[in-house]
Amino acid sequence: MIALVDYGAGNLTSVRKALTSLGADFVVPSAPDECRRARGVIVPGVGNFGATARLDAPWRDAISGAVKSGTPLFGICVGMQWLFEGSDEAPDAIGFGAIAGRITRLEGDADQRLKVPHVGWNSLDFRGSARLLKGLTSGAQVYFTHSFAAPVTPECVAATTHANTFSSVVERDNIFGVQFHPEKSGDAGLAILRNFLEVCA
Amino acid sequence: MLTKRIIACMDVRDGQVVKGVQFQQLRHAGDPAALARRYNVEGIDEVVVLDITATLESRQALARTINAVAHEIFLPLTVGGGIRSEDDAAAAINAGADKVSLNTAALRQPELITTLASRYGSQAVIVAIDAKRRDDGFAVYVRSGTTDAARDAVAWAKEAESRGAGEILLTSMDRDGTKAGFDCEMTAAVSDAVDIPVIASGGAGSVDHFADVFTRGHADAALAASIFHYAESSVTELKRHLRTHGIPVRL
Repeated sequence: MIALVDYGAGNLTSVRKALTSLGADFVVPSAPDECRRARGVIVPGVGNFGATARLDAPWRDAISGAVKSGTPLFGICVGMQWLFEGSDEAPDAIGFGAIAGRITRLEGDADQRLKVPHVGWNSLDFRGSARLLKGLTSGAQVYFTHSFAAPVTPECVAATTHANTFSSVVERDNIFGVQFHPEKSGDAGLAILRNFLEVCA
Repeated sequence: MLTKRIIACMDVRDGQVVKGVQFQQLRHAGDPAALARRYNVEGIDEVVVLDITATLESRQALARTINAVAHEIFLPLTVGGGIRSEDDAAAAINAGADKVSLNTAALRQPELITTLASRYGSQAVIVAIDAKRRDDGFAVYVRSGTTDAARDAVAWAKEAESRGAGEILLTSMDRDGTKAGFDCEMTAAVSDAVDIPVIASGGAGSVDHFADVFTRGHADAALAASIFHYAESSVTELKRHLRTHGIPVRL
């Protein structure tokens, strides 16, 4: 069973729908301890990094306990940003800190007409192999909508460029994250969600 | 590289897709879920469902339509038409919409843009602007194009951005349903004035019209309805054509 964490950041409808279509056995935990019993934990999210402040000490402890026991953790969009130490978008909210680094604002490029927010389909440039990207090829296109992004760190397994290059997929041991919305990225997105479910199986 | 988006719009009335010419003369175009399924296969990048009647009865039908469409596609889904309050927006989002599009309500109560942007994030809030050419500017109309809002489209787009809108959906009322091409001058005027993405709408009739609006019109995305509903142009063909013109697309 997968725990899909609801911390009130936007709605879970689309992630639920995608998991359902993939036949996943999942639950939206009503208490943090349910994460400790899950085979995998998904932290979704849209909108503002500040919303992650609702993942308070009991949630962090439960998720941290699960990760230490080897349970795969998958952060989506703001959920991936939360895997880092913090974000300039909401300096008071502290990240989970599984990956060193800080989320910063994307810079546009007026001359090239590159706007922020970065909204739309952009490509994943693979950097080495990753379980999350199994079956996909470098250049695969996925749907982004965000104004803040993660730095390229050793955990970066795919990067994307929009004026600057940022980490669009991170993976290290049982920590996984994607900046884009796999639940809104057509077949490529569903393949990535399926890959995570296989890691949890 | 960020690609230019091709967005299919369904104008929905009582759970059925219809399409008008210059906001009138509706003709029936089919079942929304069936169309969505086709779009998903054909490579549409995004879908917009617009409730064009927005009566109380149609709102319940709309929730069912959103749900049915959202079950067919794993693509971004925007819902608009008659969203007047935070509750209307919440109902659309809970039914499966990723974004809501505000039109008349945004002009009447611009603070609604900020309220929704704080609750759901700017990425979930599109401000739709229906405008016509007038003298040297672009006059904004509301209430399905029936009422002059006494605002200029460029100034209103800038204000919408500053209040928290994440995208602008700009419809040329002069071109809507005519298949005479997008209003590239108007689109460029708005797109150059804001930093958020601008979706051009109204007038799509041929593949060249899309190429034009992405180059001369500086559009980030282009929306069309009937050209896709009646399968007059396949999305794949359109995208191949754009690529040969050096326009980045998802293929």
